Amino acid sequence: MKKLVLAAALSALAAGTAVADPIRMGTEGAYPPYNFINDAGEVDGFERELGDEICKRAELECTWVTNDWDSIIPNLVSGNYDTIIAGMSVTPERDEVIDFSNEYYPPSPSAFVGAAGMDVDLSGAIIAAQTNTIQAGHVSEMGATLVEFATPDETVAAVRNGEADAVLADKDYLAPIVAESNGMLEFIGEDVAIGGGIGIGLRESDTELKATLNKAIDSMKADGTLNTMLAKWFEGDAPQW
Amino acid sequence: MSCAESFSSYAFRSIGFGERLLPKSDITLCDQIILIGSGMMWNVYFAVVAILFGFVFATMLAFARVNGPAYLRLPADFFVFVFRGSPLFIQFFFAYELFVQLPRVGVEIPLGFATLTASTSWLTKAWLGATVVLFLNTSAYSAEIFTGALKSIPRGDIEAADAFGMAGFKKFRRIVFPTMLRLAWPSYSNEAIFLFHSTALVFFSGFPAWRREADGLYYASYFAEATFNPFVPYPIIAVYFVFFTLLIVGFFGLVSKRLNRHMAEAPKVKFRLGSMLTR
Amino acid sequence: MFEFCADPKAIEGLKWLSCYLTTPKHAAMYYSILTVLALLAAAVPPILFLGFAGALARRSGFAPFRWIGLGYTSIVRGVPDIVFFLFFPIALDQAVEVLRHKVKCPEVVGPIYQGNDFVVCQAAKMPLGPSPQWMHEAWGFTLAVITFAIVFGAFTANTLHGALAAVPKGQLETARAFGMTERQTFWRVHMPQMWVYALPGLSNLWMILIKATPLLFLLGIKDIVYWAKELGGMKTQAYSYPHPDWRIWYFAALMVFYLLLTWISQRVFDRVFARASRGMAVAK
Repeated sequence: MKKLVLAAALSALAAGTAVADPIRMGTEGAYPPYNFINDAGEVDGFERELGDEICKRAELECTWVTNDWDSIIPNLVSGNYDTIIAGMSVTPERDEVIDFSNEYYPPSPSAFVGAAGMDVDLSGAIIAAQTNTIQAGHVSEMGATLVEFATPDETVAAVRNGEADAVLADKDYLAPIVAESNGMLEFIGEDVAIGGGIGIGLRESDTELKATLNKAIDSMKADGTLNTMLAKWFEGDAPQW
Repeated sequence: MSCAESFSSYAFRSIGFGERLLPKSDITLCDQIILIGSGMMWNVYFAVVAILFGFVFATMLAFARVNGPAYLRLPADFFVFVFRGSPLFIQFFFAYELFVQLPRVGVEIPLGFATLTASTSWLTKAWLGATVVLFLNTSAYSAEIFTGALKSIPRGDIEAADAFGMAGFKKFRRIVFPTMLRLAWPSYSNEAIFLFHSTALVFFSGFPAWRREADGLYYASYFAEATFNPFVPYPIIAVYFVFFTLLIVGFFGLVSKRLNRHMAEAPKVKFRLGSMLTR
Repeated sequence: MFEFCADPKAIEGLKWLSCYLTTPKHAAMYYSILTVLALLAAAVPPILFLGFAGALARRSGFAPFRWIGLGYTSIVRGVPDIVFFLFFPIALDQAVEVLRHKVKCPEVVGPIYQGNDFVVCQAAKMPLGPSPQWMHEAWGFTLAVITFAIVFGAFTANTLHGALAAVPKGQLETARAFGMTERQTFWRVHMPQMWVYALPGLSNLWMILIKATPLLFLLGIKDIVYWAKELGGMKTQAYSYPHPDWRIWYFAALMVFYLLLTWISQRVFDRVFARASRGMAVAK
């Protein structure tokens, strides 16, 4: 965190004025139940509750900002906000560019969903995925025909209208959609494990902030608050620490 | 990977030839330049087809609006109003929603020597569906420009044509059409450029990309995502676009010279440094 | 908003709809209409300024001005606005912060680009870190206005340049024959006569500018299209007002909004056009 890096320099100039600056929390706001804009127009979801609790424990003042998914990392490294807390899986590629805090969500599977009653052979099927996601990469590697859409909504719509045979996405995202589809959609095939768990993204130079956040996350894991939150937001099948 | 290897793997990746998987790690500058360039083929294809067909349709629309009977003028006005009045991505959205609802049937087109089976499901693919939308869009914008030009043709030109006894198609071909083009040309060249640039929206927020075969911006954003650095791929695609735009500008400039060749040149004012300093 | 909206899942029909359409989130969408209009209003003066500057530079008798004018219009016109928006504002933001870093804290040594990170001193941040959210939004809005002005200024310059060239030479010669100076010829004949040729092109540019506003979201400004996508997408039971994919209705509403804006603009342009071509002998 440049603020903390600089805090040392500043304190030499004006000792005692180092008031904690607010931490800007960057999220996408379009990925329920992780993060979404609720009907009051505010950031809500599992990560909102988690982030606020972390800030409380770390005694930081936090403000929330939303940013488009495609440019969420460039805007972090250029300093428009200080953390990414947006359901971002830890991958080796991302880890080269930014740092991640300890994981607050264990590795979770992705799953295929297709129209109910269709016997789909996944290896030769047309599979929809969101552009620039790890799922899109997985489909193109497994050899099926990949169709990419700009938003997750459209990938599900493509299965409903028959453009695609199946959609591959995070299981947590698909589960409520399947549950509320009145039997139109169903999970098919095996779940696939791609991507690691989810951590808070940070600039590599912000080592002090990383340590602060890790301490807060670890204490939430230790006293069980994190598990309670997971159970609240992800209903029955939530992974636990 | 050397540049030659990148070229053989990715030069025609956007149309389905070459390496199936896109570069994932160790992405070189060559990979980026070649793959984005490969995608630009789509942009050029969309633009050329839409502009060629759009030019003809726009001319017809403009004449229908200025000289046509009411039953042609009103639909033409409405068409121009709707397509000029709404953002392109909304047109893409509604077109796509409409095309996926169409029944999936094959249409037999007899060509004399063979029968071509056209499928309505082609419309949900970008190569046809997006081209149709871009064609309608540019027709509307160009028709508006041509209409304005038709209305600004100096009355003297028309009267002179009448005085020469020209009428009908001859007057149109020799006087009205060239004058309309001359007046419309600067704005029309803008429109051609805008249309070319709009082709970047096709896969960005319009049609899905199949098998990772898509346009330049799709690959540029793929690289921006894979390398987490927007300052390399986007300037690359910007340079490609500048290059092709300069080609368009050059072509339109040549046509403009031809259209204006009879116009009197303004007296050239020579710049003299001294005169500016003393004034 | 209404009292009966306390438990949205228990009500239905029109009552449900009236609650749904008055959520604070919908209010944010209605408010974003103002954002779009404000951006359009704020962008026009700098666009016209850059447009005139570019067109006059291209007609200048001084060769370097011509080159600058030509370079500006050809390069910026060459890049699609969407590509420009994907990297230019971040670059502009960083450039401003680098400058401020150099001026405000020369005592901080060490590179600004540390690996992938862009690190400037706290006093150089634009806006300052602790500033309220509206300052961040205002700065984003300013970046958007600058970017729009640069892009559309280039197209305007081209249209104005073409229009200045389209004025029949005879009219200018007549003006000179009446003994007008170059300056008088320009302001009394050339400029007024130019508008009639420039207006169709300028009206097209205005329409294109209106429809470029969805790009605002790339800058983190939540415009009407962002809200339509966000509100229209399928909502599961995690929301107070679950509903299926309603994007088609929201986009239809957007279409009406844009058509309305276009229609009003067209009416205004028609009036201006009629005024500008007053006394001109044209075919119609």
